[in-house]
Amino acid sequence: MAERAARLRARYGAAPWHLVVVTAALVLAGWVALRLAHEATAGRMLLWFLGAVIAHDLVLFPVYAAVDRGLRALARGRVTLLNHLRAPALGSALLFLVFSPGILRLGETTHLAATGQDQRPYLMRWLLLSAALFLLSAVTYLLRRRQASPKRSDSA
Amino acid sequence: MPPKPPGVDTIERSWRSPLRGPWLTAVYGTALLVALPLVIITGLLDYVAYGPQFDQAFPTDVGWLRLPAFDWPTRPSWLFRVTQGLHVTLGIVLIPVVLGKLWSVLPKLFDWPPVRSLAQALERLTLLLLVGGILFQIATGLLNIQYSYVFGFDFYTAHYFGAWIFTGAFVAHVVIKFPRLVTALRSRPFGAQLRTSRAATRPEPPDPDGLVATEPGPATVSRRGAVGLVGGGALLLAVLTIGQSLDGPLRRTALLLPRGRQPGPGPNGFPVNRTVAAAGVRPEQTGAGWRLTLRGGGRTMTLDRSALLAMAQHTAALPISCVEGWSTRQAWTGVRLRDLAARAGVPDPASARVSSLERAGLFRTAVLASNQVLDPDALLALRVNGVDLSPDHGYPARVIVPALPGVHCTKWVAEIDFQGRTDG
Ligand code: HEM
Repeated sequence: MAERAARLRARYGAAPWHLVVVTAALVLAGWVALRLAHEATAGRMLLWFLGAVIAHDLVLFPVYAAVDRGLRALARGRVTLLNHLRAPALGSALLFLVFSPGILRLGETTHLAATGQDQRPYLMRWLLLSAALFLLSAVTYLLRRRQASPKRSDSA
Repeated sequence: MPPKPPGVDTIERSWRSPLRGPWLTAVYGTALLVALPLVIITGLLDYVAYGPQFDQAFPTDVGWLRLPAFDWPTRPSWLFRVTQGLHVTLGIVLIPVVLGKLWSVLPKLFDWPPVRSLAQALERLTLLLLVGGILFQIATGLLNIQYSYVFGFDFYTAHYFGAWIFTGAFVAHVVIKFPRLVTALRSRPFGAQLRTSRAATRPEPPDPDGLVATEPGPATVSRRGAVGLVGGGALLLAVLTIGQSLDGPLRRTALLLPRGRQPGPGPNGFPVNRTVAAAGVRPEQTGAGWRLTLRGGGRTMTLDRSALLAMAQHTAALPISCVEGWSTRQAWTGVRLRDLAARAGVPDPASARVSSLERAGLFRTAVLASNQVLDPDALLALRVNGVDLSPDHGYPARVIVPALPGVHCTKWVAEIDFQGRTDG
């Protein structure tokens, strides 16, 4: 018995309970996939499911990593400056990512039918919020620098 | 072992962050482990709140994935406001945590060789379901609450079945990784990590999962900074989302969401879901010629608006809570549904089907369960905040029931059909 478990472990690559757990998740997903297969829009759902992974791993990540490299080049070793650029940039990008449907006005008619209002204000609000984040970061950066550097009045 | 193809070493060496490692991954993972079950449970409760026992939860046909149906309670009246508000708000607030967690494990995507054993291959497949699942749920949810149906499939079907795929993969992932998570959290005390400055930040020792970079660069952010950045992002989203569940001036803080805006001044100036124009209800249908039809026990009667206003009026401060997560509490005045049931000759109804003047639309009728008809605050509202309902809020009459999802608080009501206990 123990020997058989050990053999399974060697051939499978993990303990038997691992097989049970992953199989359960895969069977559930397989069952859902079969159920949805007859839907006219099944292909689109699959496309969005896999597309979301590709969009994150192979588009969003490389893009933000590249932007970060750009910011590093810009800051040229001044790490505090770098981070005071990174934080508001991340905040602004996050807001865009989450609220892009409104910012880009991707649902003008349904938005109007549901709420009685248009999507016009969101772009300006996002720009203002982003500006506020950068401004806040710039102010705290300057304050930190003044605190860190020896006071001028002392040396006078 | 087959030789590595060119480029694999280059990719491996290009992961430079000294922060990546089991500890940071475990910190983000713990936040998700605590919060995601709440998102899952409140999402499933949303399905139950629609009333699957009346075939009015979507998708209607879910096979084995049918949830235990129970009569959705009417008390506390803020129940659905809290469950669905939590679902959407928490779902949004967790986005930076999900992104941080994915950043922390991204090198694993390029693991070489890609398959070492059957166990690893199957596990990687469940990880595809896990990552695809959460991103899919977030994307469809975010698009839904912002009214951008760009995906071109049915939201309910996708989000409901997507939830099950995700939940299965999530459970498997937690079961498999939980011991690792505990070890990683114990490996360095949380408080001490948060006190470590950037200059003193060192990579973790090499780990069996290969999260720690082989050639880490110097730290440009401390671990406190990395946790703070993700936490700050979550806080930013929380501050910009919570307003859609608040009344008063704080509502405006939901600056980038449709429900942070008030449609206008006055007693009817609170958010509308589906305008009268969009519903296609015309003024001549709601004017002096409007009649409410009551059915029950084989009999039919009609009442005009003045007859309704002549009945006992009751006022209740109740939230209208949308399935899209926003909510607002208003003071509604009208006739108790149980008085109308008695009028129709069915004082103890098993259910009631409410129909709107609306001709099309998924929610032109809704079935209320017995407890939802009999609650003393369940109303056919004629007025709100002391004035007549506006056309957009359902004039001449709308349903408002404590803790009932907003989509079932039928507007422009034309008919109520009360089913007796024995009608079958
Ligand atoms: C792990 C993530 C999530 C899971 C497991 C999940 C699960 C669910 C489930 C099971 C439902 C009920 C669906 C139905 O009634 O057919 C639901 C409803 C909903 N979810 Fe999620 N959800 C997740 C994330 C999100 C996010 C991030 C958002 C939005 C920002 C969101 C927005 C919604 C909305 C608006 C509904 C109500 C739809 C309606 O009834 O009209 N969800 N969710």
